[in-house]
Amino acid sequence: MKLSYFPGCTLKNHAKNFEDSALCALKTLDVTVQELERWNCCGTVFSLTTDDLIHHIAPVRNLIRTKQQGSDKLMTLCAMCFNTLKRSNERVKANQEDLDIINDFMYREEIKYEGDVEVLHLLEILKNDIKFETLAQKVSKPLKDLKVASYYGCYLVRPEEIAFDDAENPVIMDELMEVLGATAIDFPFKVECCGAYQTVDKPGVVADRTNQILTSAKKQGAELVVVSCPLCAFNLDHRQKETVAKFPEFKSMPVMYFTQLLAIALGCPEESLRLDLHYIDPKPILQEKGFI
Amino acid sequence: MRTNLSRRKLRDPFVTKVEELSGQNLLVCYQCGKCSAGCPAVDEMDILPNQIIRFAQLGLKEELLASKAIWVCASCMTCNVRCPKGINIAEVIEAIRQILLRQRKDHVKVEELKPSERGDVPPIALISNFRKFTS
Repeated sequence: MKLSYFPGCTLKNHAKNFEDSALCALKTLDVTVQELERWNCCGTVFSLTTDDLIHHIAPVRNLIRTKQQGSDKLMTLCAMCFNTLKRSNERVKANQEDLDIINDFMYREEIKYEGDVEVLHLLEILKNDIKFETLAQKVSKPLKDLKVASYYGCYLVRPEEIAFDDAENPVIMDELMEVLGATAIDFPFKVECCGAYQTVDKPGVVADRTNQILTSAKKQGAELVVVSCPLCAFNLDHRQKETVAKFPEFKSMPVMYFTQLLAIALGCPEESLRLDLHYIDPKPILQEKGFI
Repeated sequence: MRTNLSRRKLRDPFVTKVEELSGQNLLVCYQCGKCSAGCPAVDEMDILPNQIIRFAQLGLKEELLASKAIWVCASCMTCNVRCPKGINIAEVIEAIRQILLRQRKDHVKVEELKPSERGDVPPIALISNFRKFTS
């Protein structure tokens, strides 16, 4: 299958560790992805009001770009891009009138969008297309003795119409961690919202959630937490500074992208992990286990 | 708190607008409270999610438009997936925010954010914040 890739606003800067590790892992797996030549920001959040069509223009334009490079599958890494692109896609596929208005608005585009692109997240590609069994055979550095809690957050699993796993009890990332040789740690806050964009004007709210989420993961025995969203990553990792200030008893812990652990297990070089972009340094735990 | 109910309030165009923008039938709600029980933001809310629906049914426009709760909701969709009546509560709250934002009543004033507040956070945080909290 020809797979197009949509990076989104944060994967070229703050979340370069997410992109570099994912692309290195895919290369090791012999999966070719082609970044969209002219992508634009998806808008980050799906527009929830019935009459607001203008905010579906950006997602749909990316779907047109996908078709223009001869592909009918668009891979995302960021959970928010996945959610926004997929929900807009589903909305226009189910409402021909909306799609006509949107196509008409973009009348200068060479082609019309016809609802014929599939929006996918890397996690479902790993499970359904590459297959976990095949992936298991390619693991060259198993993540032995590493206890990992998978944090799913909101937009991979909600709403149910676009989710590729259970909304209340997703397990796909836990399964992946087991395939990579790690020990998956279940914990009750894995789908609890991290506070998302409240981080800009109400960082105190995010500190409360980070305290609750990470303390729970730690209590269950996790040594680190993996995520699939640059906003969750920022809130759970970088906002630990505010969390410690608000809760002096809070014990910090490293937060990584699932793709960084995937890249380690597949033998990718340390440069592809971009460990310099973390607030809580994951190097000590990775060195202790002999992974880097 | 003293709350006055009236036929006038029940028939306020505000109620129709909330239903229209959210695409939800407010009267479907039977106040089981499951949305509020699972909401991660209730600690910060002055009016709980189930109360927001009740207030909207009754046309308590002023209370809703002045509430802090509508800006604490991060549209995490937990209430939506748990509602036994299939109401999209997050969409109702979005509709109330939109009624204010469409009158240019921004919740976040971009020009008042400190350089550190703007500069330290990733683009994904700023874009989503401005999409939700500014007109």
